[in-house]
Amino acid sequence: MKIMVAIKRVVDYAVKIRVKPDKTGVETKNVKMSMNPFCEIAIEEALRIKEAGLASEVVAVSMGPAQCVDTLRTGLAMGADRAIHVESNDHLYPLNVAKLLKALVEVEKPGLLLLGKQAIDGDCNQTGQMVAGLLNWPQGTFASKVVLDKEKQTVTVDREVDEGSETLCLDLPALITTDLRLNQPRYATLPNIMKAKSKPIKKVTPDELNVQIRSDIEVVEVTEPPKRKAGVILSSVDELIDKLKNEARVI
Amino acid sequence: LSLSLSLSLSLSLSLLTEMAVGGMLRALQVHRASFSLQRTAISRLISTLVLAEHEGCYIKSSSISSVEAAKSLGENNSISVLLAGSGSSLQEAATHAASCHPSVSQVLVADSDKLKYPLAEAWAKLVEMVQKTGGYSHVLAASGSFGKNILPRAAALLDVSPITDVIAISGSHQFVRPVYAGNALSTVRYTGESPCMLSIRSTSFPAPSETRSSAAPISQVDLSTFGEDILNKARFIKLTSQESERPDLGNARIVVTGGRGLKSAENFKMLEKLAEKLGAAVGATRAAVDAGFVPNELQVGQTGKIVAPELYMAFGVSGAIQHLAGMRDSKVIVAVNKDPDAPIFQVADYGLVGDLFEIIPELLEKLPEKK
Repeated sequence: MKIMVAIKRVVDYAVKIRVKPDKTGVETKNVKMSMNPFCEIAIEEALRIKEAGLASEVVAVSMGPAQCVDTLRTGLAMGADRAIHVESNDHLYPLNVAKLLKALVEVEKPGLLLLGKQAIDGDCNQTGQMVAGLLNWPQGTFASKVVLDKEKQTVTVDREVDEGSETLCLDLPALITTDLRLNQPRYATLPNIMKAKSKPIKKVTPDELNVQIRSDIEVVEVTEPPKRKAGVILSSVDELIDKLKNEARVI
Repeated sequence: LSLSLSLSLSLSLSLLTEMAVGGMLRALQVHRASFSLQRTAISRLISTLVLAEHEGCYIKSSSISSVEAAKSLGENNSISVLLAGSGSSLQEAATHAASCHPSVSQVLVADSDKLKYPLAEAWAKLVEMVQKTGGYSHVLAASGSFGKNILPRAAALLDVSPITDVIAISGSHQFVRPVYAGNALSTVRYTGESPCMLSIRSTSFPAPSETRSSAAPISQVDLSTFGEDILNKARFIKLTSQESERPDLGNARIVVTGGRGLKSAENFKMLEKLAEKLGAAVGATRAAVDAGFVPNELQVGQTGKIVAPELYMAFGVSGAIQHLAGMRDSKVIVAVNKDPDAPIFQVADYGLVGDLFEIIPELLEKLPEKK
């Protein structure tokens, strides 16, 4: 069985972002970019499944501009076998990505498709669910544990839900999106980074996949959130209780 | 539609009188005006489907918040609430839905064993089916784990882009949503086909306390054409949840949160005592959850729960970007940390620099008993 993992290049999670003065978006020039943390977890999980002898190949895919190749190299350095880059300079919304992924799935025929539960830039939390819908595959979103049964061709997924943890059993092929607690992604070692340079990255375009990029969302403006007014440092618990009671009136 | 028709009718009547007085040219101008007016009237017709979640015999308050959000999409919005599940608790929940908010005009109930658990496969099919019969202009759900799991899948089936975590509605097709962990607000316009699908951040649309005086009509969804093919591919096994007497984290008036500084699960008990005294819910940072102090459903932040209580008290929380994303809209923020440079103090209204192992017991002792 083949596993396909979709990964996204985003502004590094530790960067304090700046909104552009013309309100058209967030500054991404000269800003550190990295693989989306949830996508790292997805790759790690795919590698663990392969290392357990339950999968034959891990294919990493990414959509976007030329620089996505760097992100794919990181995935290959972690241990993915090969990569596919769908090159597009258009702004891709989750629906576009889902359609591109569906087209790739139809070519590659993986038994499992792994994605992060959300990208930390757009915070949409949609792509996995959408591609599962388009493929008519069962979905296990926000996964914190994944157990594959090769005999029965099923995967059991523990999901992080508002009420606690939910367990589902899905027939393969299936889609899984990863939550933070699924695993601890490995670091790529130097030898593996070197090896990754010779691993193949196939380039395709949305046209070649017969996917039309159209968008039904328009960004009107991007602004900074309202600032909170400066607070005060108090000296004692008594003062705190007094403020909460008489100034803020919340207790 | 009948409304816009009668509108254009009365307009063309006045158009006739105008024609008698004015010249041909002027009539033509007026005619154009009436035409564009008619078009706006049509685009203004709004009908909303709210996907509701129920627990036992009641609609969750986050779903009522979605009805509240639907109200601001436009006037004359007919709001239908869709409920699914099986058995008598579903019917009781439907009764609650029918009077939970003054703006509910209809409750649709899909009663089937196939919908017993909130599985995305069945729910997305249901939404697709109900949308195709109802032709709603908008479909809304609260952006909890239920809505986030189902809404995008249903949107893909309907070939439209959903919009996640809406915090403000500035027109029937224009919305504000946080991006980059709430460090930027993006105003987006939906330009696609109907329905416009939104997941709603409940804390931005507090449900009103008044209810509908007379219950809205309840009707059953015809499930005879409900497909089977996908439904057996996903099976519910179990739900593990922590029983708690305390208020639900998402809607609590007061939240006390512990971070890595609490040091152990044992020490979290101290925080729980404080929560009890304040009638508060307990939250946690990712560090505290990862360290195993508390279960993950208590995590507050970009990838956990978003809260906006009246009072948020953070103990031993440094204030990472990802945590602030989940609580920065709280009315009053209190931070207790021994590190005076902790970023949490930049958002706190009241800060105490000190050892939480001394401060929490002192608070426990000195706080007034809750009413």
